[in-house]
Amino acid sequence: MKPILEVNNLTMDFGGLRAIDHLNISINKGEIAALIGPNGAGKTTFFNCITGIYTPTGGDVRISRDGKPERINGLKPNVVTRKGLARTFQNIRLFNSMTVLENVMIGCHPVTKTGVLGAIFRTRATRAEEKLIVERSYAILEKIGLDKYVNELAVNLPYGAQRRLEIARAMATDPFLLLLDEPAAGMNPQETLELDELILKIRDEDKISVLLIEHDMKLVMSLSDNIHVVDYGKKIAEGGPEEIRNNPVVIKAYLGEEIDA
Amino acid sequence: MTVNNEIKKSFLASVWFMFLTFPIMVIKVNTVSNTVEWRWMNMVGVGVGAFFLSMLWRYLLVKKEMGGKKEKTDKPGLVQRVLGERKFAVPALVVLGIFTLVFPHLFSMYQTNIMISALIYVMLGLGLNIVVGLAGLLDLGYVAFFAVGAYSYALLNLHYGLTFWIALPLGGLLAGCFGLILGYPVLRLRGDYLAIVTLGFGEIIRLVLENWNEFSYGPSGIANIPKPPLFGLDLSLNQKTIYLFYILVALVIFTIFVINRLQDSRIGRAWIALKDDEIACQAMGIDKAKTKLRAFALGATWAGMGGVIFAAKTTFINPASFTIWESVIILCTVVLGGMGSIVGVISGALLLILLPEYLRDFGEFRMITFGTVLVLMMVFRPGGIVENVRKTYTFKR
Amino acid sequence: MDFDYFTQLFLGGLTRGSIYALIALGYTMVYGIIQLINFAHGEIYMIGAFTGLIVSSVLTMMGMPALGVVVMAAMAAVIYSSAYGYTMEKIAYKPLRNAPRLSALISAIGMSLFLQNYVLLAQTSDFLPFPSLIPDFEFWEPYAHMITSPELVILITTFVVMVLLTVLIKFTKIGKAMRATSQDQVMAALLGINVDRIISFTFVVGSATAAIGGILIASHIGQINFYMGFIAGIKAFVAAVLGGIGSIPGAVLGSFVLGWTESFFTGYISSDYEDVFAFIILVVILIFRPAGILGKSETQKV
Repeated sequence: MKPILEVNNLTMDFGGLRAIDHLNISINKGEIAALIGPNGAGKTTFFNCITGIYTPTGGDVRISRDGKPERINGLKPNVVTRKGLARTFQNIRLFNSMTVLENVMIGCHPVTKTGVLGAIFRTRATRAEEKLIVERSYAILEKIGLDKYVNELAVNLPYGAQRRLEIARAMATDPFLLLLDEPAAGMNPQETLELDELILKIRDEDKISVLLIEHDMKLVMSLSDNIHVVDYGKKIAEGGPEEIRNNPVVIKAYLGEEIDA
Repeated sequence: MTVNNEIKKSFLASVWFMFLTFPIMVIKVNTVSNTVEWRWMNMVGVGVGAFFLSMLWRYLLVKKEMGGKKEKTDKPGLVQRVLGERKFAVPALVVLGIFTLVFPHLFSMYQTNIMISALIYVMLGLGLNIVVGLAGLLDLGYVAFFAVGAYSYALLNLHYGLTFWIALPLGGLLAGCFGLILGYPVLRLRGDYLAIVTLGFGEIIRLVLENWNEFSYGPSGIANIPKPPLFGLDLSLNQKTIYLFYILVALVIFTIFVINRLQDSRIGRAWIALKDDEIACQAMGIDKAKTKLRAFALGATWAGMGGVIFAAKTTFINPASFTIWESVIILCTVVLGGMGSIVGVISGALLLILLPEYLRDFGEFRMITFGTVLVLMMVFRPGGIVENVRKTYTFKR
Repeated sequence: MDFDYFTQLFLGGLTRGSIYALIALGYTMVYGIIQLINFAHGEIYMIGAFTGLIVSSVLTMMGMPALGVVVMAAMAAVIYSSAYGYTMEKIAYKPLRNAPRLSALISAIGMSLFLQNYVLLAQTSDFLPFPSLIPDFEFWEPYAHMITSPELVILITTFVVMVLLTVLIKFTKIGKAMRATSQDQVMAALLGINVDRIISFTFVVGSATAAIGGILIASHIGQINFYMGFIAGIKAFVAAVLGGIGSIPGAVLGSFVLGWTESFFTGYISSDYEDVFAFIILVVILIFRPAGILGKSETQKV
C-alpha cells in the first residue's frame, strides 16, 4: 500500500541552526503514528514544515489522498489544509472571541463556498450550506463530547476541553490525516484516558489517520501503530511500541549518557 | 490609612499636572506686542481637576483589574437583551422608524443637515467596522476611499454630466477597486505596520488631490455639485435636502442589512477568526490574503458611497475635507461604539457627531474630546459601549 | 552639474537628516522596548518647541542676556518634553501593556490628537514666530555661504547627542537594562530589573532628544504651530522604519537617507510633492523590506 504521507530528506535551517536534518517519515493509511523525542528535537518544526507554516529548506513532502501522489512543500497553510492535512497547536490557538460551535464552523470553511454576494442575498444555496455547516459542526461536537458547551465562548472552556475543541475544529476541515501537537498536554489522567478513546474512534469511525506529537509515553505506547523518534532534528529510531521501548538509542536520547553508562 | 494615602497620591498628581501644564496653560506670549498674559486661573483649574480626576482614574483602574479577574462573560448587555426580545424590539423599531420619517418635517433644515452629516458618519463607521471591527485590520487611510467616492461624483458630473444615481454605485465600485489595488500589496503586513501604510496611502491620495491641479482643481476644489434629482422634478433647496435625508436613511438601512447578513455568514466568521488568530485561521483552510482583501474592499466600497453622498450634500469638495484626522474620527466612532457591533457603531457615530453639534460651546473641544475618547476607551473599555455578542444556536434533540 | 548647488543640497539634506534623526531616535527606542509605534511622539517634539518659545520670550522680556535665554529655553524644553513623555506613558500606554498591540496604537493616536488640540486650545492655532536663538558666528563667516552657523550648530548638536546616547546604551548599567528589557521583558523582570522604570526612562530619553530637535528646527525655520509635530513625526517615523525600527544606528542612517533624498528630490525635480515623497518611501519600504536597511527580519514563532 502506498503511504498517505511521505516525507523525504526534509531539512529546515534557521540561519545557521539546522532544526530538521534529512528526516524521512512515512505514514500509512489507517495508521496512528507518533512522533516523539526530547524537547527541542524539532517535532513542532516538523509539523510547521509539512503544514506550510514554514517552507522547508530542502527535501520533499508528498501526500496521496486517493492514490495520486502530490508534492506539497512550499504551499501555503490554507492550501495544505484544503488538501486534507489538518492540525492542532501545542499552545492552544482557538478563536477566543467566538463560541465553541463557531470555532468548529470555521473549520468547515474549506468544504463550503458561500461568497460575499451569496451571504448578502442569502440565496437558497447559502441557506442550505449554512444549515449543513451548523449540523455538521454540532455532530462533530457531539462526537468529541463538547456538545454541552455549544454556545460558550471558547476562551471560557476548561483546559482539557479546549484541547479537544482544537481536535474538533481540525476534523471539521475534512482531513485524511490529523496532526495533533501534544494533545494530552495539561490533561489529567481521566481526560487522557478519554483522549485515548477519542483518537481511536477518530481513526476507526471517521477513517482519519493520525500523527501525534506527545510526551505522555503511556498514551503513545497504547495508541501508536508506529513510533518515530527524533533527536536534534534527526530520526534515531522507528518501530512499534515494544521495539521503541527497548531500543537503547532511544533510552539514551531520553535519559542522557551519564545514566546509560 | 488608605484614605490619607489616596489623598496624598491625588495631591501629588495635582502638583505634577500643575507643573506639567504650567508653560502651555498659564503663560501666553504675544510675540507681536511683546506682552505676556499670565492665566493663573487655569493653573487652579488644572490643580483641582487633576486632584479629583486622578482619584477617579485610580478607582476605575482598580475596578477594571477586579473585573479582569472574573471570567469573560458572553452574557448580552442591556441593549442586546432589549433588542433580542421581540415584544420590545418591534415597537422600538416602529417608533424609531416613524421618528426618522417625520424628522425633517418636525425640525428645521439646520437640524436635518446635521442629521445628514451624522448619518454619513454612521455609514462610514459601519463600513470601517467591517475592516477594523470584524476583520481586525486597522485602516488609518479610510478617508482616502471616501475621497475617491466624492471626487468620482464631482468629476464625473463635471466632465460627463453623470447624475447622482449613476455616480452612487460607480463611486462605491471605484473606491472598492482602489481598495483592492491598495490592499493587495499591504495586507500581508503586520497590524501596526498596516495601520501606518494605510495612513501613508491616505495622505498620498490627499496630497495628490491637492497638487494635481489639472485633474482635481487643487486646493480650491470643485463647486456646484448637484444634489440628487427626483424624476426630473424641480425641487426647492429644502425639498432636496429632505430628499437626500431619506436617501441616506435608506442607505443606512441597506448597510445595516448587508453587514448583519455578512457578520453571521461564512465570510464574516472567517473575518472574526482572522482577527483572533491568523495562523490558526490559515490552518483552518482560510486564505488570509483573500479574506482580508474582501473586508478591505468592501469597507472601501462603503466609504466610496459615503463620499458620493457627502459631495451631494455639501455641493462643494476640496482636499481639506479628507485629512488623516477624518479617518481618526471615523475610527473613533467605531471604537467608542464597540468594535464589531452594529448597534454600537451607530450609537457611537450619532453620539460623537451630534453631541458636539448640539452643545454649541462644545464645538472647539470636539477634537480634543475625540482624542480623550480614544485613550479612555482603550484603557477602560476596549470592547466599546455596546460589546459585540456572538450569535447563539439552539438544538432540540 | 553645478557643484555648488549640489553641495548646498547635500548639506541641506544633512541638516534635515539630523533633525529627523533626533526625533526618529525616540520612535526607535520606544519601539525597541515595547513594540509600540508611539504615534504621539511628534507631539512631544511640538511641545518642546512651544515650551522653548514661551520660556525664551518671557526671559527675553525680563531682560536676560541672549546666551542665558538659549540655555534656559533649551533646558525648559528638554525638561518639559521629558515630563510629558513620562506622563503620556503612564496614562495611555502603561495600562495597555498586556493588551493587543492595536489597542495601544489606537490609544497613541488618541494621545496625539489630544496633545495637538490641547496646545491649540491653550495657546493658538496661528503660526508663531520663533526667535532665532542661534546667532551667526563671526569665525564661521568664510564658510557661511555653504552652511550657516545655525545649521552648523544643528549638526554638531545632533552628533553630540548621538554619541551620548550610544555611550548611554552601550556602556552604562541602565543602558544594559534597557537592552535586556527590549529583548525579553519577563526575563529582565525576573533578573531584578525594574521594567516599569526602564520603560519610563526610555520615554524620558526619547522625549528629551525630540525636544532638542524641536528647539533646533523651530529656531532654524523661524515659526511654529500646533500641527508641526504631526508631519515631522511621520517623517521621522519613516526614517526610523527606513533604517530598521528598533535599531538606533538604523534610525540615524535612515534619517540621513531620507534627508538627502528629500533635499535632492525637491532641489532637482519638484517641490510640489515633497511630502508625498516621504509617504511613498514609507509605503515602498514597508511593503518590500519591512525590516528596514539595518533591521533583522523576524520569524514568527508558532
